[in-house]
Amino acid sequence: MPPETAAPVASPAGADRTDRAQARARAARRHQLLVHGTRVLLLVALIGLWEGLARAAVIDPFNFSMPSRIWHQMSQWALHGTPQGPLWEQVWYTLYEALLGWVIGVVGGVVLGIALGRIRFLADVLGPYIKVLNALPRIVLAPIFLIWFGLGPASKVASAVVLVFFPVFFNAFQGAREVDRNLVANSRILGASNRQVTLQVVIPSATSWIFTSLHVSFGFALIGAIVGEYIGATKGLGLLVSASQGTFNAAGVYAAMAILAVVALLAEGLLAFLERRLFRWKPADAGDGR
Amino acid sequence: MNSHTSPAIELRGTSKSFRTPSGALHTAVRDLDLVVGRGEFVAVVGPTGCGKSTTLTLVSGLEEPTEGEVLVAGEPVRGIGDKIGFVFQQDAVFPWRTVLSNVMAGPRFRGVPKAEARQRAREWLARVGLAAFEDRYPHQLSGGQRKRVALAATFVNDPELLLMDEPFSALDVQTRALMSDELLELWSGTGASVVFVTHDLEESIALADKVVVMTAGPATVKEVFAIDLPRPRKVESVRLEPRFIEIYREIWSSLGEEVRITRERGATDAA
Repeated sequence: MPPETAAPVASPAGADRTDRAQARARAARRHQLLVHGTRVLLLVALIGLWEGLARAAVIDPFNFSMPSRIWHQMSQWALHGTPQGPLWEQVWYTLYEALLGWVIGVVGGVVLGIALGRIRFLADVLGPYIKVLNALPRIVLAPIFLIWFGLGPASKVASAVVLVFFPVFFNAFQGAREVDRNLVANSRILGASNRQVTLQVVIPSATSWIFTSLHVSFGFALIGAIVGEYIGATKGLGLLVSASQGTFNAAGVYAAMAILAVVALLAEGLLAFLERRLFRWKPADAGDGR
Repeated sequence: MNSHTSPAIELRGTSKSFRTPSGALHTAVRDLDLVVGRGEFVAVVGPTGCGKSTTLTLVSGLEEPTEGEVLVAGEPVRGIGDKIGFVFQQDAVFPWRTVLSNVMAGPRFRGVPKAEARQRAREWLARVGLAAFEDRYPHQLSGGQRKRVALAATFVNDPELLLMDEPFSALDVQTRALMSDELLELWSGTGASVVFVTHDLEESIALADKVVVMTAGPATVKEVFAIDLPRPRKVESVRLEPRFIEIYREIWSSLGEEVRITRERGATDAA
């Protein structure tokens, strides 16, 4: 999250005013520094505590590992590769499966959500089925996909799709339902056909709803891919976790987790950037889309 | 029926009822008879919530009457006509489109080529004084400027019939007077017929050729007053003329009674 505190604008009137503005800017900077400093301290303290307790054998390093071992494991993987191949390849596999599943799930969810939101008949017919499917804990489908699609990426993509589809679908549906009635009436008066209303009024106004779900759903896509890999795969971070677990390598499990967190954060950052570009028309305070 | 001689709008015994969420039948408009001549500026005044806006949605084709007939240019209304412009009370500009793109929307919906639509939109933006703002988004404009965008977006379609639903009620008093003058100026060249719904009596007298007073809801026409003030008018100065005050007093004696009825009903509802 980039700090976006607007610096107070110094007015040309009077040195007293500018003095005050400067003082306020200084105070804001100090506050920022304090927040960041405390954050770093907290992290260092936690890691130090972990390391210290593990070295003093208060907690069992075999079960809980320790930060230095985890770091060693990560650099080991990065420099000499994992048992399944180079580290970047594992990261890429997981990302590829998650991204592909995410894109398919999002497109499917948006198209169906908008369609059901616009066409009452479809919503009435399909509504109960979608509710039933949504009630199913979808992660249990992962083993079935493994049977259907094999050990390759296809089974992971499938489990990512089923996880991503529903939140996106429900948000798109809601977004299409809650379009400002005035806007629709206005566009119809201006001469828009039904198709034009859908494409040029409903979809743009549903985008903020849809984007809200995109943030959540990318996390779901990663979960789908990882769980799929964990159950059975030839490559990927999830496989790294399960292989480390199989050899009682706790440091390996934590290392894979840390790598995953970084990957997820980077993806989230990219999404936030795209969102800012897409929502330039929104006032800054409401542009968060959440 | 000849469409050249028939009035712009004719309502004959029109009624409109809605089903409220609780299931009760609510009559917004009952037995309405109203004629709007071609090129005429008609203001409709009445107590708040009496069903003035419903009348407009019936004429526009957004809603169908429960009973009676609505004729536009001698033809019964079936769906939304392409000769109609509608300015809404709330902002109805597209927030994700720039000012220029907003004004282009109407012609583009109607299949006008992009270059021509852009040129027409620019002309109207210049006429409402927003030429320098064409790349802005609506949230970067003031309320008055957004209203101007809405006016330009409506006029760019060359409507023969202009329906306005309390278009300036959300604006501050000074901006409202300014917008009224601008509306008169924009309208004077077009020959369009206007139905202007408002609850502001001063505004209606300053703008219109004819003021229609509605009863407390369910709305029907109570009285029609012809406004014989000469044109062109300036809203700020016309309201100081003795004749204006005379007309105001005359209409208020009719409208005031309906406002009182509505207020008393509100009081008993609240009790």
